Amino acid sequence: MKRRTFNKLLGAGLLAGSAPMIIGRAAAADPLGVGFIYVGPVEDFGWTHAHDVGRKALETEFGDQVKTSFVESVKEGPDSERVIAELASKGNKLVFTTSFGYMNPTIKVAERFPDVKFEHCTGYKRAENVSTYNIRFYEGRYVQGVIAGHLSKSGIVGYIGSVPIPEVVMGMNAFIIGMRTVNPKARMKIVWVNAWYDPGKEGDSAKALIDQGADIIAQHTDSGAPLQVAQQRGVLGFGQASDMSALAPKAQLTSSVDFWNPYYIQRVKDVIAGTWQSQDVWGGFKSGMLVMAPYANMPDDVAKAGKAAEAGITDGKIAVFKGPIKDQSGAEKVPAGTELDDKAIATMNWLADGVDGQIPS
Amino acid sequence: MLLRLEPRGQRSRLWTYASPLLALALTVVTAAVIFAMLGKDPLQSLYVFLISPLTSATGLPELFVKAAPLILIGVGLSLGFRANVWNIGAEGQYTLGAIFAGGLALSYPEAPAILLIPAMMLLGILGGMTWAAIPAYLRTRWNANEILTSLMLTYVAQLLLIYLVTGPWRDPDGYGFPQTALFSSSATPPILFEGTRVHLGVVVAFLAAIVGWIVLTRSVIGFQLRVLGQAPRAARFAGFSQERLVWLSLMVGGGLAGLAGMFEVAGPVGQLTPSISPGYGFTAIIVAFLGRLHPIGVIFGGLILALSYLGGEAAQIDLGMPNAVTGIFQGILLFFLLACDVLILYRLRGPRPLAGGA
Amino acid sequence: MDQAIIISFVLSVMTASTPLLLAATGELVTEKSGVLNLGVEGMMLVGAIVGFATTVHTGSALLGVLAALLAGAAMALIFAILTLTFLANQVATGLALTIFGTGLSALVGASYVGTAVEGLPKVLFGHDALVYLSLIAVFAVAWFLRRSHRGLVLRAVGDSHDAAHAIGYPVVLIRYLATLFGGAMCGLAGAYMSLAYATSWAENMTAGRGWIALALVVFATWRPIWLLVGAYLFGGIMYGSLAIQAAGAISLFGYPLVVPSQLVSALPYVATIAVLVAISRDRAKIRMNAPACLGRSFHAAG
Repeated sequence: MKRRTFNKLLGAGLLAGSAPMIIGRAAAADPLGVGFIYVGPVEDFGWTHAHDVGRKALETEFGDQVKTSFVESVKEGPDSERVIAELASKGNKLVFTTSFGYMNPTIKVAERFPDVKFEHCTGYKRAENVSTYNIRFYEGRYVQGVIAGHLSKSGIVGYIGSVPIPEVVMGMNAFIIGMRTVNPKARMKIVWVNAWYDPGKEGDSAKALIDQGADIIAQHTDSGAPLQVAQQRGVLGFGQASDMSALAPKAQLTSSVDFWNPYYIQRVKDVIAGTWQSQDVWGGFKSGMLVMAPYANMPDDVAKAGKAAEAGITDGKIAVFKGPIKDQSGAEKVPAGTELDDKAIATMNWLADGVDGQIPS
Repeated sequence: MLLRLEPRGQRSRLWTYASPLLALALTVVTAAVIFAMLGKDPLQSLYVFLISPLTSATGLPELFVKAAPLILIGVGLSLGFRANVWNIGAEGQYTLGAIFAGGLALSYPEAPAILLIPAMMLLGILGGMTWAAIPAYLRTRWNANEILTSLMLTYVAQLLLIYLVTGPWRDPDGYGFPQTALFSSSATPPILFEGTRVHLGVVVAFLAAIVGWIVLTRSVIGFQLRVLGQAPRAARFAGFSQERLVWLSLMVGGGLAGLAGMFEVAGPVGQLTPSISPGYGFTAIIVAFLGRLHPIGVIFGGLILALSYLGGEAAQIDLGMPNAVTGIFQGILLFFLLACDVLILYRLRGPRPLAGGA
Repeated sequence: MDQAIIISFVLSVMTASTPLLLAATGELVTEKSGVLNLGVEGMMLVGAIVGFATTVHTGSALLGVLAALLAGAAMALIFAILTLTFLANQVATGLALTIFGTGLSALVGASYVGTAVEGLPKVLFGHDALVYLSLIAVFAVAWFLRRSHRGLVLRAVGDSHDAAHAIGYPVVLIRYLATLFGGAMCGLAGAYMSLAYATSWAENMTAGRGWIALALVVFATWRPIWLLVGAYLFGGIMYGSLAIQAAGAISLFGYPLVVPSQLVSALPYVATIAVLVAISRDRAKIRMNAPACLGRSFHAAG
């Protein structure tokens, strides 16, 4: 990917430029310890892998100035607090906790280690030494919806949901809103797998959705199985979290790629410079934290429409959740001329007009 | 066959205690070879895996916190396994204990701790028992095998938990995430040592093991269980009620699993979420057998497994080893521990001088 | 529903059921010999990655399937040595095997994540050969256990190892072979997951199917034909619960039915219990089919 190469070059340049300084400092100061706790394996080809790409980017960027370590596949629940504390007690001065379920443990450990900085991904609780950060994944969903609107002949998209949380719900809504800008009659059928990861069930869900007339498959689960099913059945689909084109080169249109590198690099810089402060970052296309994988398997004019949507969101001309938006029952959720604020987006628990199926509750 | 086993006729006192040491030695050698193959310094890796968790400031208390639920569930299961009641659904009973106790904690957050904690413990036990009563009833009334029913109910329990935390019990201030509100401080079991996470449940786990030991050695039921373990046929002739033992095994196993669930959600987790157990109910089955189905042995089994988890995390942080190595290391450790126990009842002999049966 | 959807439904259900059926058939033979190997999940995972890696490197799915068979059998050999030669407890050893296999497959598989393979070639009605092999295997095992002399011996070993030993049958050898067969079938089930069902490798990709296969053996009360019923029932409900969601709103007597998706997801498990209860009432029949020595160690005295 171009952006990654660019970052690498940038990193190498920085490194070369500051080499004498680093050598001079090495004797005086130990490298900054940066710890990561992951919910999945680093080779999950999705969520955790993307974070680990960010971790490796730190090593490339800062060389001897940082020393990173991580613990993978730590289940949310009773174990996570121990692991976070372990990372903090082993000399890490900055700890990234990369799953929602680590929120309360992070807050608890942060109280015990006041001079360690913590960064919690996707949560909403902060403290003096705890920041939160996340990506506006829904922006990518909107772009996917626009592309789907152009390409779907049946006008039906099949969407595989993991667990019913606002993150997933806002993605579904952003997708159908984007799709309906092109095809106002478009509909979305959904299946909840009730798991983040089960390649068998995810693939089966794709089959069931295709049988119901969906000719575009989108997913908010972690494996590449739905895309592979799409390819076998001769329909199209979107990857999740990373570029999955290697798994289904003939089916993947594009993929919303989580790109944590710029954020991680910035936060390490802040700690080194002593300017780190607790903050809440929700970055999208504009911040470079969300990137679309190369467009494929679509005509040029559709790609152009997709790029236009990307550009529109980036420069603020397009707001995804801008009225008028109706929910499934036809009731007006967002009046014309207004936009949802971040809090309303972050707590979204309704499905937009055009979605068949429901949020389990 | 090159080696053969010769019955000793009675349990070897020496090997009862020496076999775990031999197993450990064999594990160390095998693991060293594997670490070397992975390009890591074998000695350093072994140190990080087995010793470093015990030496760090937080390591030892954390070891007990991690072992507590394993011991609590393991004690209950070990009694049931002696009666040949195969409750492998402790994970589900743990979940129901957590749900029952959690429901109470959410309903009466203001109640004084002195009332609320014991009530939650009782409800935790009740929750586990309720879930275990289903396989018990289906087994005694309809003859349905408890392996299948208890396992299937584990999946159902997990889905019930997801339903509750995404639906009716969802924290209204939780941004729509699947979780309940945090439990109040009076619903949190007391911490026993300042600055650690060692909570009341750790002591309860050890107490349960001691009580289990007394029951096993001093009571009629314990006698029946011991006879069943050693001579099932004699037990049948002696007229032990199979039905009663099924109920008893599942109630004790389920109750203690439920109690473990209560302590984990009220203590280390502090709320109900979809992921309240890293597979404690299944790991405890191994713990029960590592402890040779003896309540005091279960304590050691629980501590050993807990150590392997902590060691695996330390190996990831300090050596950059993948998490997968933890599983391989645990597997090898368990293989040797289980295999070496054969020396308690049998002698290892060289090949027979004359050809004979296998 | 039109015909195309029904055909697709049947195809999908068969695909979802096949790994369960393969693994359960192997485990049934193992259990019939009196050995309880709870390491199904671990053996499946090792079979899945070895089959996948072999296919990637050789380009031949056939070699991949063969390698998976051997890998599953090798895992079962570890189990057999520990439990049959060293008389270790079978339940605990099986669970340890699953932990070991999960770790081993993850370590080996790390470099294969994100790689796709062509998958097994389709031979008939949109299915690959393994689907038909799984059906043949069930009937072959049924015939073997009921009609062949060796099957009779295997059952005798599982029902009373002491009696079988007294007659002069090599109890330990027979149990070794039955355990290896079970492992090979689990390896095959794993290969089906990585080469046909998903055509890619991912850590822990069996997602608990090994446990379901174990439960199905009990469900079938150790009768191969019932295994077929159980696997397809479970696969059918599992797939059906997804298909119902995909179809959107369901109505009952004209009223829209609002069902929590968790309840729908719980259906396969509840249904399995219900059917087991229904078929378990005949105690005599169960006792006739269940291997009496299941899980018990055997050591020939003298």
